[in-house]
Amino acid sequence: MIDRTVWGLFAALLVVLGAGFIAADWAQFLLVLALAKGMVVLGLLVLMRAGLVSFGQGLWYGLGCYAAGMAGNFLGVTDAFLLLALGIAASTTVAFILGFLLSRYREIFFALLNMAFSMILFGVLVKTSVLGSTDGFNVLTPTFLGYAPSEAALGDTVFLLTAVISFVVAVLIHWYLGSTMGFIGEAIRENELRVEYLGVSARRAVHIKLMIAAALSGIGGVLTAIAVGHVDPEMTYWTTSGEFVFVAILSGTGSVAAPFMGSIIFEVLRTYAYEYSPYTWQMLMGAVMLLVIIFLPGGLWSALSRSRKGEGK
Amino acid sequence: MTPVLEARGLTKTFGAVTAADDIHVAVADGEIVGIIGANGAGKTTFVNMVTGYLKPSAGQILYRGTDITGRDSREITKLGIHRSFQIAQVFPDITVLDNVLVALGVAGDLPRTIFKPLRSPKTEAAADEIIARYGIGEYRNVKAGLLPQGVRKLLDIAMAMVGDPKIILLDEPTSGVSADEKLEAMRGLLKVLKDDKVTVLFVEHDMEIVGEFAQRVIAFYDGRILADGKPDEVLSDSSVREFVIGPELHRRSAGKD
Amino acid sequence: MLTTVAILVDGLVYASWLFIVAIGLTLIYGVMKILNVAHGSLYALGAYSAAWIIGIYFQSDLPPYGSFAVLILSAVVIGLIASLVIERGVLRLMYGRDEIVIVLATFAIFLILEDFVKLVWGVDPYFAYQPYGLLGRVRLFGLGFAIYDLALIGVAAVIGLLVWWGLNRTRIGKLLLAVIYDREISVAMGINVNLLFAGTFAVGAVLGALGGALTAPAISVSPGIGVEVIVLAFAVVVIGGLGSVPGVLIGALIVGICRAAAVHLLPEVELFIIYAVMSLVLALRPQGLFGRAAVRKI
Repeated sequence: MIDRTVWGLFAALLVVLGAGFIAADWAQFLLVLALAKGMVVLGLLVLMRAGLVSFGQGLWYGLGCYAAGMAGNFLGVTDAFLLLALGIAASTTVAFILGFLLSRYREIFFALLNMAFSMILFGVLVKTSVLGSTDGFNVLTPTFLGYAPSEAALGDTVFLLTAVISFVVAVLIHWYLGSTMGFIGEAIRENELRVEYLGVSARRAVHIKLMIAAALSGIGGVLTAIAVGHVDPEMTYWTTSGEFVFVAILSGTGSVAAPFMGSIIFEVLRTYAYEYSPYTWQMLMGAVMLLVIIFLPGGLWSALSRSRKGEGK
Repeated sequence: MTPVLEARGLTKTFGAVTAADDIHVAVADGEIVGIIGANGAGKTTFVNMVTGYLKPSAGQILYRGTDITGRDSREITKLGIHRSFQIAQVFPDITVLDNVLVALGVAGDLPRTIFKPLRSPKTEAAADEIIARYGIGEYRNVKAGLLPQGVRKLLDIAMAMVGDPKIILLDEPTSGVSADEKLEAMRGLLKVLKDDKVTVLFVEHDMEIVGEFAQRVIAFYDGRILADGKPDEVLSDSSVREFVIGPELHRRSAGKD
Repeated sequence: MLTTVAILVDGLVYASWLFIVAIGLTLIYGVMKILNVAHGSLYALGAYSAAWIIGIYFQSDLPPYGSFAVLILSAVVIGLIASLVIERGVLRLMYGRDEIVIVLATFAIFLILEDFVKLVWGVDPYFAYQPYGLLGRVRLFGLGFAIYDLALIGVAAVIGLLVWWGLNRTRIGKLLLAVIYDREISVAMGINVNLLFAGTFAVGAVLGALGGALTAPAISVSPGIGVEVIVLAFAVVVIGGLGSVPGVLIGALIVGICRAAAVHLLPEVELFIIYAVMSLVLALRPQGLFGRAAVRKI
């Protein structure tokens, strides 16, 4: 169970922690956002291994964001761990219900039905005035099991929490993908008929994968809400979902580490692009994506593992 | 004794076309049944109905006396009726070993598979044993999509057999195997299946194979059962010769097989 | 009563607009199996170029009614140029790849064009209201409507008829229908797929740009207009059935009327209702109201 990948992830955690604590506040914040969104992309990886791409991950992400925000503002909950539990519960419960429907679909229909559901949530949120409509609302400052960090220490605490959770989640998903149930995804992608005639319900397996992806997105959403201190409907809009798919394609599905790596690269790239040319950063992103699609069908991770294999020769 | 599998008045229509018409069959435990008939005679439709791929338009299917009509393929597989396909159904992008590992891993309850690692010394040993039994050990690490057709068919059957079925329906198990190797391939396959004490129904175009291995032959023609009985009786039946065997010979001489 | 009339007329106007925007999308999907996210940018390109050229046109002394011809011409020109660049320049490299991968490629093109529009036309809004005002207003059943809006219904009908005629009464159209119906057989029949794809994409792109150009006089043309349009157009084509031409008509009518009803009766659900209908249709009939279900042979 404790294999090379787990050690590798642990090493990555140490590097990220080291880098995050010496980095400037804005860079640390960037890292938190990248890791939080990386979890959503990891959820997409689980689906993509089964051959499914969703254009509506913003739905689960947004549910996590809003669950965290609303729990604070309406229930007075500020404990980060409780918020995480609530965020996971919210996104996973909705995924459980919608999963009965979604798990029947494949390919473009799966992608579009996911998108439709996320747009429904968007449509509700922009018209709900108690939730601030299009402006959203501010999220309360979190506490951590009774510890209420000073304003100066808050950033570090959120960062530590995010990094450790990312590590734990990555290891769990790594184990899941190595299990028979995780590998069924691969089987479904390759030949669903064969899967059914092995006595396995592909729908049920996809349903479970959807809930896992939703749970991961929920975690990402809660952490984003805590880190940013604000939520708004944009988080559920189709462009947000598109961005997740973008990062997933950029990263590739080769490893559970790929989404986090891709997400960090994406956030850094976007920050610099936005800094230096606010009107052409999307153009740059689009160009990068086209190049990846054309020249690196397996994502950046495939390039990495290819060059590593090349060195071994 | 209750038949292990029974079809009562099984009928399937597609619009105006009747693909299977009032089929009555009872198969006893352990029987090896050959199914013959020209293309479009209703053989595959029959197999598809029994294994839940198609829902019958009328009639009943009984498994050990229990009505299983209209259940979906997965439920029927779970009950112990497995099948292979005319076009072998494998996972093309993973190795033969991984194909068998998946089949081994999923035998059991889906939720529990989360605790079963796909690869472990134990599962790999079990998979290797299966691969060896079907004589495809040399292809262990070849991607299934790259296999010769005959080997792919064996892998398809091996995967179906992993779940320890009571009945297996084979749709043209030796198609794609060269004519001079067919007999040998079928002999090897049936030996394994007999060791597992599974009831076998196989669809076959080659009358030599049918005559050699079937204990009983069912001849389909135009969606109906034309004859059903001992191989030598059925194969020498005049209408079977006219409507089934004749066209088969013609087909082969035309080089379509 | 007044509300009913308002819902019907507004719904019809909105449906016409959706129809014009979405028909290109479904045409491209039907023939090429590409769900073109960049269709939203084509809409934006059409709107910007029309707004820009109309601004110039009205500074001259040319007859004001000529602006309609200029408007349509600009859409055709920009649509053709964009389609050449997108299809021949990029998409051509990806034929044969997964449907989803090509969607993502068009998403990338969409992002690029979003910024391209900002680079060319800046971020300040454009107003090309003159053609809209030119036609004046009319009272129907006691309610005032802009004639430009009502004319949109006629334009949609003309476009619909042209597409219908093109598909059913011309040789190329029949070939297209054959491809929509069964791609593999058509390819086997020796149809020049390259040419067909390029042509289809060009027609689809021009229709997308035309949608934008015709809308330009009625709105303030500003960055981000393509983002909202594409997701609406998705809803329309999915409801009608991806790739189905009659489906777009029905999809546009359903979405148009639903939205108009929501706006007049229950504004809170305006956006929600469209995607709720889309989800409902997908849930009950995933291939859409007019789509054909795929069959698998074993």
